[in-house]
This record gives sequence, structure tokens and C-alpha cells, in this order.
Amino acid sequence: MTDATSTPGPMDAPAVKGSLHVQDARTRKRNAAEARFKFYGLSAVAIGLVFLVVLLTAIIGNGVGAFQQSFIAAQVYLDPARLDKAGDRNIEDIKKVSTFGYTPLIQQAVFDKVTELGIDTPFDDAKDMKALISASAAAIVRDEVIANPDLIGQTVEFRLLAASRVDGYLKGRVSRDSVARDKNIDAEHLDLVDALRDEGIIAKGFNASFITGADASESRPEQAGLGVSILGSFFMMLVVLGLSLPVGVAASIYLEEFASKNRLTDIIEVNISNLAAVPSIVFGILGLAVFIQFMHLPQSAPLVGGLVLTLMTLPTIIISTRASLKAVPPSIRDAALGVGASKMQSVFHHVLPLAMPGILTGTIIGLAQALGETAPLLLIGMVGYIATNYPEGLAGGFIDPNSAMPAQIYEWAKRADPAYYERAWGGIIILLVFLMTMNIIAILLRRRFERRW
Amino acid sequence: MYDAVNTEQSVQQTDTKISARNVQVYYGDTHAIKDVDVDIAGNTVTAFIGPSGCGKSTFLRCLNRMNDTIDICRVEGLIELDGEDIYDPKVDPVQLRAKVGMVFQKPNPFPKSIYDNIAYGPRIHGMARSKADLDEIVERALRRGAIWDEVKDRLDAPGTGLSGGQQQRLCIARAVATEPEVLLMDEPCSALDPIATAQVEELIDELRQNYSVVIVTHSMQQAARVSQKTAFFHLGNLVEFGDTSQIFTNPEDPRTESYITGRIG
Repeated sequence: MTDATSTPGPMDAPAVKGSLHVQDARTRKRNAAEARFKFYGLSAVAIGLVFLVVLLTAIIGNGVGAFQQSFIAAQVYLDPARLDKAGDRNIEDIKKVSTFGYTPLIQQAVFDKVTELGIDTPFDDAKDMKALISASAAAIVRDEVIANPDLIGQTVEFRLLAASRVDGYLKGRVSRDSVARDKNIDAEHLDLVDALRDEGIIAKGFNASFITGADASESRPEQAGLGVSILGSFFMMLVVLGLSLPVGVAASIYLEEFASKNRLTDIIEVNISNLAAVPSIVFGILGLAVFIQFMHLPQSAPLVGGLVLTLMTLPTIIISTRASLKAVPPSIRDAALGVGASKMQSVFHHVLPLAMPGILTGTIIGLAQALGETAPLLLIGMVGYIATNYPEGLAGGFIDPNSAMPAQIYEWAKRADPAYYERAWGGIIILLVFLMTMNIIAILLRRRFERRW
Repeated sequence: MYDAVNTEQSVQQTDTKISARNVQVYYGDTHAIKDVDVDIAGNTVTAFIGPSGCGKSTFLRCLNRMNDTIDICRVEGLIELDGEDIYDPKVDPVQLRAKVGMVFQKPNPFPKSIYDNIAYGPRIHGMARSKADLDEIVERALRRGAIWDEVKDRLDAPGTGLSGGQQQRLCIARAVATEPEVLLMDEPCSALDPIATAQVEELIDELRQNYSVVIVTHSMQQAARVSQKTAFFHLGNLVEFGDTSQIFTNPEDPRTESYITGRIG
């Protein structure tokens, strides 16, 4: 071999550049660079994953408590002498009895329970039970009686909502040290709670009303739920979907397929991209000025929230729709035009169906963004409103004052009682479940209508 | 061989289907087509040949106004179909394209079933009164596209699932389904293998019975095989236009000769 390379002639073979079994310096360097890059990439992914795990652990760890609530099981004697003095079960008369009429009955029921079980306690008056029972418990019992007046005169088993401090004590949020300066509850009450827990009278259970219920006042965190603001978010999303999908898709189809490319459309295009980057609070202030101050639409209404979020979502939908329209190969348009379809027929029969998965994905991502948006809602009064009432009917859903999920979470997070802190985290879990569901739907849609050309 | 072609021509070359006079095409500032005069006869295959970028496809796309979809493209001059100016403001390009069908370089079936691919044109032009009518139109088109036997058992299968050659014949069938008078073909065989090419060429020869066919091709052999008339384009000019036999055996212009002998292009 060496012979052949050194002797020029007709048999001359190309020079051998070294063994393939030994890497030369250049290859080694190149491989090292590649290995380094892979390592950087892997570290980046790992860091991302660590953050995700930390985030999820924090959210679930802090929030899962909100889905459980402490209840006191007690047999309440619904005394007709207090609840229905006339004795004729007239529903109007029964409604006149306020929660103050029920509170002593409930306190008595719990006190009876304590006495019956022979628990050693310094308390000798039913009124001392007040610290254990939520102020909302009486309202819940009253609602039950009004719904079913025949219960009056009977002894009925109720799961009474425990006070927030009791709930906190069972969940470990409230300790004996922390109650030393707390006027709502004292150590003796906690002893009683311990005893009742051992007897199985006070127990934690699944808290459905956290998901379905309404917000409560500052002093009753145990009763607060996200249900009403979920409805608020739902009606806002209806407005956003109903407006931004048709407007966004129509605008993109026009811009992409029909508009001639000139200075004006260039300016429009640049501005749409810019709008997508405008901070959401700007849209909020715009909504305040235009929809509330100028057009006099009601404050705190999901309709206004939806309009503001529509403005915010439109650029996202337009950009993603135009991208998916662009991704449809021009040969399909040519084919349609070639057999004599009009421009509109080619768009609606061929281009749009092919672009649909992309459009839907973009829309769902845009909706998910809008669902999690808080800042613009600050300015149109959807934060700070205490959403204690369900909206009445379909129209009410749009116009009645309401809050939205992220706004409600923000509202809870800024309240003083640590019980609300737990609820804020719990609200985040619900919000994330909604967002995740939407994203999964987007992924499924994309899979389902995979590109077919 | 060329003699045979010539006899056929003298019989069938009766009337002028499309006549172009003094056609200029501009892409922005680029003058892409200069002073082209062509008469395309009925029931004839006319081939446009020439080196890449010479404007033959551009000119072809002028004949059914597909260039309208390109914003910067501007067409001047007179193009008449059966004596009517197709660039007249009164003309709706959609109506024109129903008369002048087109087959493209790359097979581009719709991502729908084979049946729907063919039925789409007749449907939007309201050519079928009933489902049975439509079935008949589809079958006739597929037979003319010489693909019926291969797909008759799977009309519901997606058109994109066919092989390249089948797809192109499907596109030809789709183009003839709307009963056009002229069929434009923009390099219909450039994406096909030799066997599929032979099938499509055979098909083009059959289509000549009913249509006037204009085909753009890079392959001079193909032009010689399928066409009766040939136009040679060079740098936007129509250099020479005449009977295929004459262009390939006895070109008048030296540029034509250089091209067909492989010296330019």
C-alpha cells in the first residue's frame, strides 16, 4: 500500500488519510462540541422539569386542603316553639325566622352531644359552643328547613360546618401557640375539639361546596367556594368564543386570501402582531374607558369582561389562523381554481377545512390565555366584588355582577385570614384543571385532524 | 412517423380555438413575455417548449387567467377564446376556467375521496341533477382519465393515497369532468416515472379527440411524441411556432436548432 502511494504511475491509489479506527483531532473536537451541546440541552430540560415539579408540589401541597372541610355531626332538634310560633307551618312565617333563631338550637345540639359523650370540659353553657360552629351553619340549616318545613318538630341529623379555626386546627394550620392571641378560639376549645375528634363527631370530609359554592365574607372562609366565579369565567368565555372566533377567522381569511398586498395591509399586519404583545392591563383600561364609561355597560359584568378579553384574544387567533391558512399548500388553491371554483369556494371548500385543526388549536390556546387573565379584570371591577349570589338565568349570567376564577383567587390571596390562603391555592388547582383540560382538547383536535395532504 | 402526424393535422386543424395577439406579461418590473402571437387550433395538441424561465408556463397560465391570483402580474395584449376577449372586464375568470381546464406540474388531488375529487367540479357548476347523474359523470371522467379500472372498487378511498402517476391521471380526470373545451397542462409528467409518463402521454393523445390540449414540457421527446404543433419560447419571446415535424426536423430559427440539438437551455 505504502509502495503504491509513494510510486507514481498508472496503479496510483489515493493517499490513505489514517485509520478509521482512530479519531483525528478535528473529529474529536466536533464530537466533544456535540456532546457538550447535548448536555446543555439536557440540563435545560432538567431545570425546567425541576421547576415544574416544585411548582406542582407547592400548588397541590398548599391547595389540596381546600377540598376538605371539617364538619360536626349533631342531631338538631328543630323546636317548633322557636321556628314556627303559630304552629300552622305557614312558609311565610317560617321565612321570617332569621338565622338568629337557629343558632341557639344548633349550639344546644352540639352542647348536648358533648354532655352525652361525657366529655370533661369547663364549658357549661350551650353558647360556649359558638367558637366551634361556623356562623354559616345556621344559614345552611335554615335553608334546609325552608325547603322542607315538615322537618320542624323533629330531631334531624346535620353535618354542621365547623368554624374556620377548628378546621385549621384539624388541618394543622392553627396551633395551640397561635391561638394564644386569637380572640375567636382558645385552648380549652381546642381540647374539646380533640375530644370530639377522637369520638368521631368532628371529622374532615370532601368539600363539594368549595367547587360549587359562592364566595363568603372575610370572616367566613370555611364557607367560601369558587362556583359562582367559575360561572363568571364560563360566561366570559362564551362571549370571547362567540366574538373572537368568527371575527378573528373572518379577518384572517380576508387578510390572507383576499386582501391585496400593499402598504395598508402591511401596516395592519404589523399592528396585529404588536397588539398581541400589548400588556393585558392596557386592554383593561381600554375596556373601562370604552365599555363602561362611554357605553355605560354594567360594571363587574362578565359581558364586559368577555369583551375586553375578546380584544386581547383576537390577535392570538388571527395570528394562528393566518399561520394555518398559510400552511395549506398553494397547489390545493390552484387545483380548486383550475376546475373553475371561485376564490370563495376554494377557500371555504378546501383551504378552511384543511386549516381547521390549526385554527381550533389557536382558538383554544387563546381561550386558555383569556381564562387565566386577571389584570384587565382588575380595571372593570371584576376583582373585589364578593360573588355571593348565583346569576339569575342566562341573561343574568352575562349582566349580573360576578367575578372570574383568577380574579377570585387574587381576591382570596389578599385577604388576611390564612384560611383564605389555602383556598387561593385550591382555586389555582381548579383553574389549572380547567386549563389542562382545554389544552388536552387542543392536542386531541390536532391529532384527530392530522394533516392529510 | 412525422408524415402520419402531418396527415392527421391537415384533416383536423380546422378552426382556431385560442388566438393570442401581441401578448405582454409583466411581473412587477420584469417583462416576462414579449410580443407573443399564437393560434391554438381545436382538437390539436400544442406543445410549448423552451429552457427554464423562458415564460412558457407563464404564458400557459395567461390562457385561463390563473395569473390573476398573482398580485404583481400584469397581462397586456389580446387573447381570444372562440373570438371572445378573455381579459374583457365583463369576463368572470371563474366561468373562463370552467371552459379552460388545467392540470398542474405536481399532482394535486384534494385530500378527499377519489369520487369527491372528480365530483367537485361538476357539483359547483351544477352539472348533475341527481346522484345518478353525478355517478355517471364521475365514471365517464375516470374512464377518460384512463384510471377507472384501477380505482372503480375504491372510489371512497382518499385521492392522496394513490401513486404519483395515478394521482396525475386523477387530476386529468378531474379536469375533464367539468367538460372543458381546452385543457392546459403544465409539465404534467415532470413528477412521474417513465411508465406513468407513457400512460399519461397515451391519455393526452386520446384527449385530443375531444379537446384542444396545450402542454408545457421540458422533454423535447415528449413534445415530439404527443404534439402536432410546437411553440419554442426563449427569454420571453416566442421564437418559432409551427408544425411539430417541421420544428424538430427543419427549424427556421438558429436558436430553435440550438435548443433542440442541446446546445442551449
